[in-house]
Amino acid sequence: MTGFDIEPFLLSFRLAGVTTAILFVVSVPLAWMLSQSRSRFKPVVESLASLPIVLPPTVLGFYLLMLLSSRSPFGGAVRELFGLELVFTFEGILVASCVYSFPFMLQPLQSGMEQVPRSLLEASYALGKSRVRTLFSVVLPAMKPSILNGLIITFAHTVGEFEVVLMVGGSIGGETRVASIAIFEFVELLDYRSAHIYSLALVASSFCVLFIVYSVNHHSRAKKRV
Amino acid sequence: MLAVDIKKKLFGPEGDFFLEAKLDIPRGGITAIAGASGSGKTTLLRILAGLAQPDEGVLQVDGRVWFSGRPGRKPEIDLKLQQRKTGFVFQGYALFPHMTVMQNLLYAAKNRDLAEQLLEMTGLRKLRDVKPSHLSGGQKQRVALARALMQQPQLLLLDEPLSALDEAMKSVLQDELLHIHRELGITILIVTHDSSEIYKLCSRVLLLEKGRISADKTPRELFVDRRTTQKFAFKGEILEIRSFDAIHIAVVAIGNNLVEVVIDSYEKESLQQGDKVVIGTKAFNPTIRRYETREFDFSRL
Repeated sequence: MTGFDIEPFLLSFRLAGVTTAILFVVSVPLAWMLSQSRSRFKPVVESLASLPIVLPPTVLGFYLLMLLSSRSPFGGAVRELFGLELVFTFEGILVASCVYSFPFMLQPLQSGMEQVPRSLLEASYALGKSRVRTLFSVVLPAMKPSILNGLIITFAHTVGEFEVVLMVGGSIGGETRVASIAIFEFVELLDYRSAHIYSLALVASSFCVLFIVYSVNHHSRAKKRV
Repeated sequence: MLAVDIKKKLFGPEGDFFLEAKLDIPRGGITAIAGASGSGKTTLLRILAGLAQPDEGVLQVDGRVWFSGRPGRKPEIDLKLQQRKTGFVFQGYALFPHMTVMQNLLYAAKNRDLAEQLLEMTGLRKLRDVKPSHLSGGQKQRVALARALMQQPQLLLLDEPLSALDEAMKSVLQDELLHIHRELGITILIVTHDSSEIYKLCSRVLLLEKGRISADKTPRELFVDRRTTQKFAFKGEILEIRSFDAIHIAVVAIGNNLVEVVIDSYEKESLQQGDKVVIGTKAFNPTIRRYETREFDFSRL
């Protein structure tokens, strides 16, 4: 019988926070390019970016394990260059999370950008502003609900991931044992009391997160109608 | 000032056609680009601004080449729209929704003095800290105009700027546009199909038909001389039809005036509330008097 150990939760939130931050920075320029592109390669990029939604997490986890292992060229190079081990480490599950949650950031951002009226962009260009300036001064401020959506959904999705983390990270306390994995272990050990506490905490925190998203969206839509 | 000779294939609902425009616009006037919808008016304006690219031709402003290209090749010169510095006013205003009126203006150019001056000129000073969603159509149009003027453009391009407004507001903004034009002396091109607007504002009309300029005249030549008439005709809308015994009276809104017109019982049968009508009369004995002291410079027309 163990007391309530908060560490897996902190680890989950740290993983989700860093993943969300990295994905936001990466996805904004990519979403911008995709939303403005008329290239015939656009569907290729979009399909690749959406793969994590359809693939079973085990497939993704398996390939990531192969890729990140220090025996692969990529994993080996990372170890050579940065002295970083990417399997069974926090950095490893961070890379895996970024791949796994990528579409959940990219898609809301891209569709938000596509919904910004074309004339606003043209107005900004006609006022002599560059594409980058237009992105930051006109497009992003005009799509705040989409940005919030992307941030929150990515965060929540990363907190909720299990199989990919398990395959790439295993279950090392303080390193890769996130909340979802801790629950799995409690059940295996027949420690239902702890499993209940952890699960309930996840249900409650997830509900709060989603409730905030929908409230804010509802609020901003109601404001627009006035 | 502006020399255009361009060609572009357009894809219309009734088949493809070529926009072929060859024209010279001298400095300082207000020129209308008129024509039915789908005749290429807006595309021509967008080509001038750099929002659309012609297939071939040359576009020169003040001797500087903005566009030059031959068919089927990458254009030799195609100045980015950011560098053309035309003032462009969009049909839907395209105000930045998250910025206040003042911020919309300052986004165009960080010139607080000019912004104050333009807000004063367009009567928007009290609304400077208001966001666009709280503005009326006429106010939005003024902001869009002021924002376009922030760059101090030599060329102001207006794409059906007043089409979404009611007649009274149109009239007010037409006066303001004339005022601004006189103050700043810029060259204005305006896409419109409102003949009274053309008559009031413009010194010249280019009539586009299926991509070709079919007429290049003054408004007087186009509208008055062509079909000289001794009739007055006003377009209006029937608000109400009232009957007193055998007499029927239609209340018609013409612009912001209400007029009562006696109609016979046959007309009463064929007309109903909400109908758009033309009221005409022979002008053999009209009265004419000035109703406001401010004079328009009709000598331009």
